[in-house]
This record gives sequence, C-alpha cells and structure tokens, in this order.
Amino acid sequence: MKQLRARWTAFRSRSHTFAEHHRSATIVITMLIAAILLIFLPRIPPLNAIQGANPWYDAFANAGVFVLLAMGLNVVVGLAGLLDLGYAAFFAIGAYTYAYSNSPFSGLDLPFFPMLLVGAAVAAVFGIALGAPTLRLRGDYLAIMTLGFGEIVPIVFVNSDPYTRGTNGIGGIYRPEALPFFGEFSPLTSFNYMVVMIFIVTVAMMLLYRLHDSRIGRAWMAIREDELAAAANGINTVLTKLLAFALGATTSGLAGVFNASKLTIVSPDQFSFSVSFTVLAMVIVGGMGNIWGVAAGAFIVYLIQVVLLKQLNTIAETINLPALDLGPIHFDLAKINFTDYQYLLFGIALVLMMLKRPEGLFPSQARRAELHAAEDLGANDPALVGALGEAPGSDELTGGSEGGS
Amino acid sequence: MTTVAVAGRRSNPASRFLRIAFFAVVAIVIYQLVLFIALQQTWLVGTSALPADQAFPVAVQQTINALSIGAIYALIALGYTMVYGIIELINFAHGDVFMVGAFLSMFVTLGIFGQTVGVSVTDIPFLILLLASALIIVMPLTGLLNVTIERIFYRPFRGGSRLAPLITAVGVSFILQNLALVFVGSGDRGAPQVFPLEWQIKFGEAKISVLSIFIFALAVSLMVALNLFVNKTRLGRAMRATAQDQQAASLMGVDLNQTIALTFLLGGALAGAAGVVWGLRFGYVRQDLGFNAGLKSFTSAVLGGIGNINGAALGGFFIGFTENLASALGFSRWSEFLVFLILTFVLIFRPTGILGQQLGDRA
Repeated sequence: MKQLRARWTAFRSRSHTFAEHHRSATIVITMLIAAILLIFLPRIPPLNAIQGANPWYDAFANAGVFVLLAMGLNVVVGLAGLLDLGYAAFFAIGAYTYAYSNSPFSGLDLPFFPMLLVGAAVAAVFGIALGAPTLRLRGDYLAIMTLGFGEIVPIVFVNSDPYTRGTNGIGGIYRPEALPFFGEFSPLTSFNYMVVMIFIVTVAMMLLYRLHDSRIGRAWMAIREDELAAAANGINTVLTKLLAFALGATTSGLAGVFNASKLTIVSPDQFSFSVSFTVLAMVIVGGMGNIWGVAAGAFIVYLIQVVLLKQLNTIAETINLPALDLGPIHFDLAKINFTDYQYLLFGIALVLMMLKRPEGLFPSQARRAELHAAEDLGANDPALVGALGEAPGSDELTGGSEGGS
Repeated sequence: MTTVAVAGRRSNPASRFLRIAFFAVVAIVIYQLVLFIALQQTWLVGTSALPADQAFPVAVQQTINALSIGAIYALIALGYTMVYGIIELINFAHGDVFMVGAFLSMFVTLGIFGQTVGVSVTDIPFLILLLASALIIVMPLTGLLNVTIERIFYRPFRGGSRLAPLITAVGVSFILQNLALVFVGSGDRGAPQVFPLEWQIKFGEAKISVLSIFIFALAVSLMVALNLFVNKTRLGRAMRATAQDQQAASLMGVDLNQTIALTFLLGGALAGAAGVVWGLRFGYVRQDLGFNAGLKSFTSAVLGGIGNINGAALGGFFIGFTENLASALGFSRWSEFLVFLILTFVLIFRPTGILGQQLGDRA
C-alpha cells in the first residue's frame, strides 16, 4: 500500500514536470483521451440509458461551442480583467458572415474551414472598431459599451430585413465539405461536428496557453492587477487591452461560424444577452484566468443546462410527489419545468461564486493567490492583521491587499 | 444674461431655477421647430409627410409625450448617477429595480384597489388617493430592495477590485429578471392605466395629454426635492463629501455605510416612482423591461456627466426627446440604435458628458 502510494506520488510529480515542460504535447494527449472518452462513453451505461449516442454527440459538439466561447472570454475577463458583456454580438457577426458565404440566400458556397478564419477575422475587425475608442476610457465604460453593442447587433439584424431576412434569419446553410477519414457531414448525426470541435478546441487551447505564458500574457495579467503600475513599467496598456479584447472577439466569431454551420440557420434570437451571460457565468464558475478550468467549467455547465435539467423534469414526473396546495401557493413538483430556471440558476451560481469563491471551481494559481492575499498575509503576519483591522474603511489598505500588490 | 449666470454660480436658488427653466423652454421650442420641419419633409418621412397646418399640432403633442418619456428615463438615470458618483459602480441591477417597481405598482392598483386593466378612474379624489398610495407603497419598497442589494452583494467588495462588484451587479440584474420571469412569466402583462388617457387639454389644434403633464410635473418635483435634499441637508452634504473623497469624509465623521445605503435608498425610490408612471403611460409591464430602460437611462447619465445629478436629468430628457423624434418620424425600431450611437459618440468625444462630472471625477 505504502509502495503504491509512493509510486503514485512519483508518477504525479513526473507527469507534472512533463506537463510543465511539454505543455502543447500535454494538451494534445489530454484532448485525445477526452476525444476517446467522448466517443465511447455515450455507448455504455450509465450514459446510454439517458439518451442515445447521437444526441450525446450533438450535446458534446454544442458544449464545444461554449467551451470555445468561454476560453475566448477568459482572455478578456480572466486574463486582462476587462468586462465584456456583449460577447454574443461577435458570435452573431461570425455566424452571419458564414451564413452570407454559404447559403441559398447569397448563392455562395465557400469552403467551411477557410471561412472559420474569415468569420473570426470579421469579428476581430468589429472587436477592434468597438474596443479602440472605448478601451482608452475607464474600465467600467467598456462594460456598458459592450452591453449596448450586444443589444443592438441583434436589433440591427432584425431591422435590416432586406439583407438579413429579419426575425426569420437566414436558413438552409450548406453543410461543410466531407472530412478525410470521417466522411460526409450527415444531417442525422453531429459526430463529425464533434470531431471538428475537438480539433478546434485543441488548437485554440495550445495557442492560448502559449499566449498566456508569453510576454503578452504577462502584460495582460499585469494590467489586470494594477493598470497604473503596468503602464509605469512600459506596457502600452491600450494596445495590450485591445489585443485581449480583439482576441476574445476572434474566438467568438470562430465559434459563431461553427455554430451557424451546425444549426444550418442563423436568426437574431440566437444571440440574446442570455448567451453572453451564460458564457460569463461559465468563466466565473470555471475559474477566471485558468484556461483548463474555464474549458472544463463551460463543458460541465453546458451539460448541466441541457442534460441534467431535462433529466430533472423526467425524474420529477416519475416520483410523482403529491401537489402541495396552500391557498395562494400551489406547489407541484411534477409540473415544474426545470429548464425554465436555468438562467436563474446561472445568475445565482455566478453571484454566489463571486461572493464566496471568486477564484472559481478550478482556480488558477496566480488568481487564487491574489484573491486570498489578504487572508494569507493576515494568517502569517499578525502585525498586518492589526494594520488591516485598524482602518477597515480605508480605501487604499484593503484595495492594496486585494490587488495583491 | 451674464448677471443671471453669475448669480447662478453663487447658487441663488431662485435665479438658478429661472435659468434652468429658461434653457428648458428654449430646448423645447427648438425641438418643436425641428419636429415641425422634419414632419413636412417627404425625403425623410416618405408618404406620411404632413402639410404645415397638420404638422404643427402633431409637433406640439409629440413634444409633450417626449417630456413624459424623458422624465421616466431621467428618474432612473438619477439612481445610476448617484450610485456611480458615490462608489464608482455601474449598478446594473438598477434597471431591474425599476422593473420591480412597475410590477409592484401594478399589484397595488390591481390587488389593493381592485382595479381592472383597461378601466380608468374618472373620480378625481379617488384617483389622487390611488396614485399617492401607489407611490407611497412602491417607492420605499424599491428603495429598500436597492439597499438590500447593496448590503448583500456590493458591500463585501467595497475597497477591493472593481471588476468583482461589476460582475456581481450583472449577476444580480440577471437574477431579478429571471425571478420576475418565474413569478409572472414572460411577455407583456397589462398594467391598469388608471389615469384617464382621454383627459386632454385643447391647445389650438393640438390635444395635450394631461397624463404626460402629470408625469412631467411629478418627475420635476421629485428632482427638485432630491436637489434640495442633496444640497441643503446634513445627510446630503455627507453624500457629496463621500462622493468626493470617502476616506476624508469618514475622517470627518461621516458614516460611510449609512451614507451609501441612503444613496441606494434614494436611487431605488426614484426608480420605483418611474415604475409607477411607466404603467400609467404605457399600459404594460414585462420582466425584461429593466434591461432596455436601464441601458437608455445609463446612457442618459453618461450623456449628462456621470455623477452629476442635474446632468442625469438633462441626459434623461435628451434621450427621451431623441427616442420621441425617432418614433414621431416613423423610425421607432431604430431608436435603440440611435441611443447606442449617442452613447458611443459621447464616450469618444466627450466622456465627461455635457455638464461634466461633478462627483465621480476620479479616473
């Protein structure tokens, strides 16, 4: 037993060293394992008891869209510390770009994979156009500008009906060309989409980790901690923030192209504020700043949203609890549609996380250290506890310790 | 003119009021002229262009409507601007507090007074009693809701990073919206328009709605009361001091927690008043009302100069007039776009707003 544990510890430390030295290889290996699990798990119990393999693949592919969105938003919110509330707008821009290039509406049929990059680039242009003037201002103004942008982009798509078919949206988007080894994209199963998504997520994750560890990544985190100090150290804060914001928009646009191709229809109601909010909640729940954590958080939250809540409905109907009738309050478990509560649950989850565990479920080491700097410092140094305790209303003292400076 | 301005700077209340009233009248007349001319242009409004004798009454009526819409936005914007001025937080939940106010007002008139949707009250004393009690019940409740939100969700972050409370505020807004969705469902709910819409004052050809005048008068009196409170009372002075420098204010014996809670209370109460008049004016309430109104009101606050109470009122009326201009000329579905354009241009070219920032001028 002891020997086993020693071996396990040795294996863990060796794999940690490997992961630190060969990050991209680690990502590829992990994603391959994940891919194998995603392909075979839906065919065995207990997952196959819930739904067939094809609905699972479909759910996984959709979850992948949100994983991608969350990883992109993580760069903006988690790494650079900017609040982007109109993330769905870039998702919409990517989706409509693809709809124009690949539907009977425009008569074009451009290839899917290059269009992924084109859609991402178009979204990036909009991101720069929105971010360039706003990022010079105070941080909160970005939040309200993106909120407004996220609100008006669907309105513009609804109102310009000659060009966008208004609320009906653009339908009949063509399927992508066949993949090598995996064959045609069938309308019956989302298997190929899942495969493509796993590939995209793997590449995106490798690129994002490289950025995270680069000079730019460190600049983002420096700005997040203390913008003034970062500027004083020679970082061009506007340009660096713009890069983060544009990168977020790019990822969102790419996810939009994928999503449009998968759904074969785009319409303005797919891009409401709830999408932006869901992605934000995923980032917070997963752990701001931690790329793996955010990806895992998004995957889990999405599956809770589409699988677990539906299952709860079925369970509530089967246990058949007698309805509670107290005059004005009528409570009948079987009649509750749990999917109606999903956004309420996301809101509560986000707020609770921010209040109780702001580093998320899978915290990044740096972020955790900052957020708990006050407690850790206080625990080790009684003198500091006194200093903090003496001036509870003081701006600078608490601000300094929270900021981790 | 200059003497008036100088006297104004010395804050002689009477001449200051006269000056504001003078500018308001000038602005209203200019707006009427613009609308009057625009309504006659075939290139702008197409086949619905009106001849001059018909365009004039329409312009007058629309101006009064614009005043009432602007009053609603201004009332909400005051809450945004006061909170931003004092703790530099965009209280995203504020628009939803307004929505809760609109629903509460609906419940008061339907539940307590047993009114039915679509029936107005022509008995004047009863109408006054009804409206007064709606305001007296709703305003403290929304104020308390806002204070509770601050106490539970924002206070733990005070003094810390600025991103965390901002994200939490978005979350609180989303929770309020979805709680409303759970309790009252989606889509429009008819709110009783107890104030008779057919009460109109004939002004030449134009028929001016008494309701619009009532809303405008109510909003202006609330704003005057707020201004007096902030400028003349001890608590108001504490608010201004806290907005300028929290630390110094607290050293001078200002109770920060109490002052900030008071700011949220006042903001929430004004949003509640806006909610009461919203139902009267538009006859419907819905759970996502706060999102749109909140965005427009925040734009108003930024337009006037965030942290500046008079600026928020000015911005609210400006946005109200803009929206009204768009809808009077038949472009109402583009009004949100127009408001967003205003927000963009203000932030790019004059981020301090029209009147400049008075309270929160720290970057």
